[in-house]
Amino acid sequence: MSKRKTERLLGLVVCLLSTTRYLTAEQVRQAVPGYPEQDELFKRMFERDKEDLRDLGVPLETGVNHPFDDDPGYRIRQQAYQLPELRLEADEAAVLGLAARVWRRAELAGAAAGALLKLRAAGIDAGPENPMGPDGGDEHSPVPQGIEPRLGTPEPAFGPLWEAVRDRRPVTFSYRAAGRSDPQRRELEPWGVVNRHGRWYVAGWDRGRDAIRVFRLGRIAGAVKFCGPVGRVIVPEGTDVRELVRDWDSAPAQERTALLRVRTGGGVGLRRHAVSVQPDESAPGWDLVTTRFADLGWFADYAASFGPDAVVLDPPDLREAVIRRLKGVLA
Amino acid sequence: MTALVTSTERLQRLLALVPYVMNRKVVGLAETAQAFGISERELVDDLNLLWCVELRAPDPYCPIDLSYEGGEIVVSQAESMGRPLRLAVDEASALLVALRMLAEVPGLEDRSALSRLIAKLEAAAGEAASVSAQVAVQVDIPDHDAEAYAGQIRAALSARRRVHLRYYVPGRDETTERDVDPMRLLVVEGRPYLEGWCLRAEGVRLFRLDRVLGLDVLDVPSAPPAEAEPVDVDQGLFRPSPDDALVELELSAAGRWVAEYYPCESVTDLEDGRLRVTLRTPDTGWVRRLALRLGEDGRVVSPSSLVSGVREAANAALANYVVLSQGKPGSAGRSRGNCDRQG
Repeated sequence: MSKRKTERLLGLVVCLLSTTRYLTAEQVRQAVPGYPEQDELFKRMFERDKEDLRDLGVPLETGVNHPFDDDPGYRIRQQAYQLPELRLEADEAAVLGLAARVWRRAELAGAAAGALLKLRAAGIDAGPENPMGPDGGDEHSPVPQGIEPRLGTPEPAFGPLWEAVRDRRPVTFSYRAAGRSDPQRRELEPWGVVNRHGRWYVAGWDRGRDAIRVFRLGRIAGAVKFCGPVGRVIVPEGTDVRELVRDWDSAPAQERTALLRVRTGGGVGLRRHAVSVQPDESAPGWDLVTTRFADLGWFADYAASFGPDAVVLDPPDLREAVIRRLKGVLA
Repeated sequence: MTALVTSTERLQRLLALVPYVMNRKVVGLAETAQAFGISERELVDDLNLLWCVELRAPDPYCPIDLSYEGGEIVVSQAESMGRPLRLAVDEASALLVALRMLAEVPGLEDRSALSRLIAKLEAAAGEAASVSAQVAVQVDIPDHDAEAYAGQIRAALSARRRVHLRYYVPGRDETTERDVDPMRLLVVEGRPYLEGWCLRAEGVRLFRLDRVLGLDVLDVPSAPPAEAEPVDVDQGLFRPSPDDALVELELSAAGRWVAEYYPCESVTDLEDGRLRVTLRTPDTGWVRRLALRLGEDGRVVSPSSLVSGVREAANAALANYVVLSQGKPGSAGRSRGNCDRQG
């Protein structure tokens, strides 16, 4: 950290905030202490400073005061800079404190803490804990409302994909699809990221496949790279990324009925969602369990997991699938 | 941490510090330092830096005037810096995504505060709020029962009551009955859990709401003992102990999901997309069930007792099918029959 740079940037913000006219680079150099005399050096430093301010979200405007002015000028309109007036009721502030904890130690934790800091600066009191500390406050501080929701972002691809979605940039990455052995190169125009069943997905336009595709972040191998400029991706109007991921994840399936013989006292998991359970007259010590299933492969795996406590009687394709699974164990 | 902040991060803090003080008229050094997560010394450095800002043209002047005598900060002049900077896209998104996720948490009674807050933040963030619609988090509410249980747990928490649970343990495929003193309702990885002191296990336990078969709020006060430490959810919910059994599995490409689903101690890529993983568990029962469901897509490598346990279970299960087709169900089975390999 350079104290001189902080001082200079602060001076620049104050200077441009307090002018209604556009100030040229030269006028800025006259007003703000800390810029070098040498023109080339100044130019470079000023460019970098402007970039830093824009990265922080400072709305730096470029324009001219008169149509005949040669050099562009700069200013920061107060209205664009300032957080609008915001008043929160006590119950709203309590919920805000809870929301700020959601990302703790995950990718957007810093952003959440930064937001909370600005809201506090605006006079809002969102709970006592300190948002900027190394672990964002005391884990053992009283929990508001007894609820503790958390979001994790263990997938390294989350950071770059979030940036890509935010800045509307296409990306490329190598992806290992479910059950495939070799990762493949994919080029994607990302429309959004969605967390479903605790896992992150990205949905968008797959340039290679020329179709909408959904990818699980945990299956992205290696780095995610930008492959186009900011603003290049256009999200079609009315896109609901949540829905895209939901549809991809759960193919609409026809429900079917299965009949199983389940050992009395066993197969508790199968009985939980059963349509009916009754003692098997022809086999003492066994019950007949009728249940519904949608995905044959999944349900066969599930039935196999009960080992000798469950026997599928019907339908035959399910029965065969379970037997295949069990034989596979011994293969 | 503060030693590592960049110039722009410090600038961010300074831009928030001025309105923070102004909005409170007078505020103590200690309190402010705590709110910003810095030491009082660092805060004084910040205040000095603000006070020293000067602009030289057209006429030299100092735009910020402040004092911190007697441990109380007062900002008497700050030009246009009296309001904080607008929320950046990342900041607005972090809060809005979290709030929309909260809106899905079962049993949250204060939905009205939540929707009012979302509306206010959207309005305040303006343009910056729009990207947040492209990030969504879905909280799994398995069914109406789970939603109702969450409500009961919230009620038990606020009334400080013990609850009685009927709870399904899939690893052992059994239903258990237990009394629990609730500590928190957690929502982690999109799933709701009850965290509480389990009187049966004499320890802090997590209960997935979709595995709760029944819940009664008892007329008994809840009193988790002093040693009941809340789980540090940021370290992962299930941290195995070094005393747990080490299990080694080999997975085919189709079985790779296991490594995504269960916390593994090590994951090694083999050829053809296969994986070798190790994990620790206090109870190998669920690994046996996992191996049965994986079939040829997963193989237990060690420990050897588990290897033979899985084979025995598969043999016994297959024997059931053979017996059944001969019309004599049920005679094989629990004995873990020494049946020969089938077909």
